[in-house]
Amino acid sequence: MSRPADGMEAQRRYGALLAWGTRLGLGLLVLGFVLYMTGLVAAQMPIEQLPEYWSQPAPELLRRTGMHPGWGWAALLPKSDMLTLAAIGLLAGCSIACLLAVIPVFARAKERVLASVCVLEVLVLVLAASGVLTGAH
Amino acid sequence: MGAETLSLASTAPWWAWPLALFVVCFFLGIIAVPAGVGGGVLFVPIVAGFFPFHLDFVRGAGLLVALSGALAAAPKLLDNGLANLRLALPLALVASASSIGGAMLGLALPANAVQVALGIAILGIVAVMVSVKNSEFPRVERPDRLSQALGMYGVFRDGATGREVSWQVHRTPLGLFLFVGIGVLAGLFGLGAGWANLPVLNLVMGVPLKVSAGTSGFILSLVDSSAAWIYLNQGAVLPIIAAPSVIGMMLGARIGARLLQVVRASLIRRLVIGLLLFAGARSLVKGLGIWA
Repeated sequence: MSRPADGMEAQRRYGALLAWGTRLGLGLLVLGFVLYMTGLVAAQMPIEQLPEYWSQPAPELLRRTGMHPGWGWAALLPKSDMLTLAAIGLLAGCSIACLLAVIPVFARAKERVLASVCVLEVLVLVLAASGVLTGAH
Repeated sequence: MGAETLSLASTAPWWAWPLALFVVCFFLGIIAVPAGVGGGVLFVPIVAGFFPFHLDFVRGAGLLVALSGALAAAPKLLDNGLANLRLALPLALVASASSIGGAMLGLALPANAVQVALGIAILGIVAVMVSVKNSEFPRVERPDRLSQALGMYGVFRDGATGREVSWQVHRTPLGLFLFVGIGVLAGLFGLGAGWANLPVLNLVMGVPLKVSAGTSGFILSLVDSSAAWIYLNQGAVLPIIAAPSVIGMMLGARIGARLLQVVRASLIRRLVIGLLLFAGARSLVKGLGIWA
């Protein structure tokens, strides 16, 4: 079997995009958390009431705060605690953009198997992110 | 929740717990790097055992701690070739799919059952850490057909010696099967699974140690992403727990990376093993209701 190209173009493209996504996500996480802690922007879950929630299971938190599972948190933006969750979504989602960016590189190099693996991985991540899968208590 | 924790939780001001969490994560970040473990494996048992937070939120935050560390390291690892996309992508695909199942299972099971299983898993991880001796350059006589079809081979430049090392892998079907289990554990317990990735890549599949370590970190970035979405969408990510944990751990890891050059890593590793033993035992007895 002939050896394919070393794949460094795909690696570098993936790495560069991931670095930006991570920086953006972590920056937004810090910003959202500062806004949340300082009260500069209103929050969905008042900070003083959190000790009542954090010892309860997740579904109970959703019930008490009137939030919905799935992407319900996104509807509550730009509340500061939801901004923090959006940052977390960005961190958990930035790999999708990276995978999409390397699919054409693998396709050009006629590496169909790797391109297909990338497509499948994107589908797995999109399925996880979609909010249709539930497993609550 | 234990009586003493309950009493402390009810008398302490609300900000004391996130502050304590930040401080604890900062120190965990410092010791995690020289000990060669991800933050998640330390974070989940320790925070679940000693903080008043529900296990759902601890596991959600644990995944994010592990994910943030993996995301921060991955670009450099990809750029210098220590993480290899060809090797990582097929393994990450099966592990990230199974981590979704693990996360759903973890959120469906009663917290006490997960706590007991977590204690057992952590004690198992300690056994793996103590007993497994990784191999710098494992011998792979003949690569298997699946690894060849997937293009799982390459060349990396060893920065320590300056020489180029070509590598190939064997036992790929077994490796894929083991990564299914790793994904389930990562999603179920919210642990980064570097402790398992590395020996499977190195000892089972025959990948050189440095490529195993780099690729393991990259795989975590995909596996923990898919599990993190399940926790996020089920309300199991609480910003007041997740944000100080991630920030504290990442700041601590920066100091840990510098500490790596001046302390004996074996000493820190023994400290971490002791911590994990204690936290694993604590999770077990807490889940069983012996020492709540």
